Amino acid sequence: MKAKALDQIKRYPGFFSVAVLCLILLYTPLLVVMIYSFNDSPSITLWGGFSLRWYEDVFFGLEANKLRKAAWNSVSIAVMASICATIIATAAAVGMVRSGAWRGKTASFALLNLPIMVPEIVTAVATLIFFSTIGFKAGYATILVAHIVFCIPFAYLPIAARLQGIDSNYEQAALDLYATRWQAFKRVLLPLLAPGIISGFLLAFIISLDDFIITNFVKGAGVETLPTAIYGAIRQGIKPNIMAISTLMLLVSILFVTVSYFVGRIDEKKQAG
Amino acid sequence: MSGLVEKSSFGGLRTRLLLPAWFTIGFFLVIPVLTMLVYSFLTKEFRGGVLWEFSLAAYDQFFFDRGLFGDEPPKIEWTYITIFWRSIVQAAVATLICLFIGFPTAYFIATRSPQTRNLWLFLITVPYWVNLLIRTVSMKFLIRDTGPLNHWLMQAGLIDSPIHMINTNFAVQLGLFYSYLPFMVLPIYASVERYNFSLSEASADLYAGRWTTLRRIVLPSVKPGIIAGCILVFVPSLGAFLAPDLLGGAKTFMIGTLIEEQFKGAAGNWPFGAAASMLLLTLVMVVLLFYARSQSKQALHH
Repeated sequence: MKAKALDQIKRYPGFFSVAVLCLILLYTPLLVVMIYSFNDSPSITLWGGFSLRWYEDVFFGLEANKLRKAAWNSVSIAVMASICATIIATAAAVGMVRSGAWRGKTASFALLNLPIMVPEIVTAVATLIFFSTIGFKAGYATILVAHIVFCIPFAYLPIAARLQGIDSNYEQAALDLYATRWQAFKRVLLPLLAPGIISGFLLAFIISLDDFIITNFVKGAGVETLPTAIYGAIRQGIKPNIMAISTLMLLVSILFVTVSYFVGRIDEKKQAG
Repeated sequence: MSGLVEKSSFGGLRTRLLLPAWFTIGFFLVIPVLTMLVYSFLTKEFRGGVLWEFSLAAYDQFFFDRGLFGDEPPKIEWTYITIFWRSIVQAAVATLICLFIGFPTAYFIATRSPQTRNLWLFLITVPYWVNLLIRTVSMKFLIRDTGPLNHWLMQAGLIDSPIHMINTNFAVQLGLFYSYLPFMVLPIYASVERYNFSLSEASADLYAGRWTTLRRIVLPSVKPGIIAGCILVFVPSLGAFLAPDLLGGAKTFMIGTLIEEQFKGAAGNWPFGAAASMLLLTLVMVVLLFYARSQSKQALHH
């Protein structure tokens, strides 16, 4: 009886509708693009029956070569940037969370999170100006460096959060038993930290794949990633092949978030069990 | 005492562990921002570069109008101030829309059973992982004059002629809302989840109505989450580029599009772009400082 009364108090009429509206708003544009990517008609307004011709166009059409190159750039940059950022962030997380209290810790924390706090467009402008001042030629390398920088906090936050939840007695015990610091880290802390490292890596990877503004500023002529290639293509209007490639990227993102969700769930169950 | 010692098991390696991160961010972000600050005080060159001569021209161009030949007495130049003001308004409206839709959603999710909660959170976060450019393009596709939304509305007989939405302020706000909504929902959800519902019960026992309880008890308790959500939506909206660029037109120019034009577009004025970026950065840092201060005040209260 009491529980039911509390349930009544907790509930607000209309909140459910707003939540459903929220989902509709979030998913309608994506679903529409997905559906229209299978449209046979070259007109992007009228429905002309189901077809895979735009997917064929993406893989074998006129722009296939350009898109393949852009996709390769995007993925290779994302892999390298997120691996570097994850390694740097893991070291930084251990250095921050397992170093007790010290002067300048707040400043160090602010520095680590600076790439999130500075607006993207400002980072883009600053990086472009910096590379052009020191005479570094814009291209693949400049994109990679810029991506490593803004991926660091996205990798750092989940790793540090995970590390804060791990009792330091574990590695302390290893150290007491004459393990070196490296052994204590590798054999004790690292396995415990793994889920945090995985989610940090995945987050950094997606953030790198997602980036448009910074890449657009530092890419230089000739080097394209998928977002900059798509942006260039839609200057002339949204064509159906853009919808096909958007759908493919959408599916990759959903695959990623699903994997990271289940990694989290398995880990939760392990801890509970 | 032992607590402190325990937590510093890697204390001796502190500098070596943090150095790579300090170096990467310091060298490739802090120094670039300082370079940008220097650039904003240089003289522009015609082909989009700079001359290394000190000049206040960039800031002068931003705030003052000295006529076509630069010899008239300075008047306030409203063009760029208006663009900044418009960006603030657009970002604020987008934040409010996010709050009005995000708060009930977050509250609703936080009052479900743990199983349902996870599913809802998953559904809310999935779009955030989808490429922002693709999301914005999808929105543009949906709300075009000849797009599916107008098509449906006309078929349903709700409207006779297409509603013009693209290139309006509304489209930009919708785009910003769509880009950053999960940032509003997640922190509010975290606050509501920690909220002790026996407070609502006590309030009801004392004959407060449901909405009075929401306003006087729930909202003040979850305020930190609401503020965090607002900051997380407002700050990226302020410097947004894709939403105003793709969904807006010439009349909906925002800071992000103004800056981009100086480097990528026709304007080609690097010192002016650097100055506008510095002003945007200052604005964001002021907002974040206020936020940090309100946070530390709150920490003192507890």
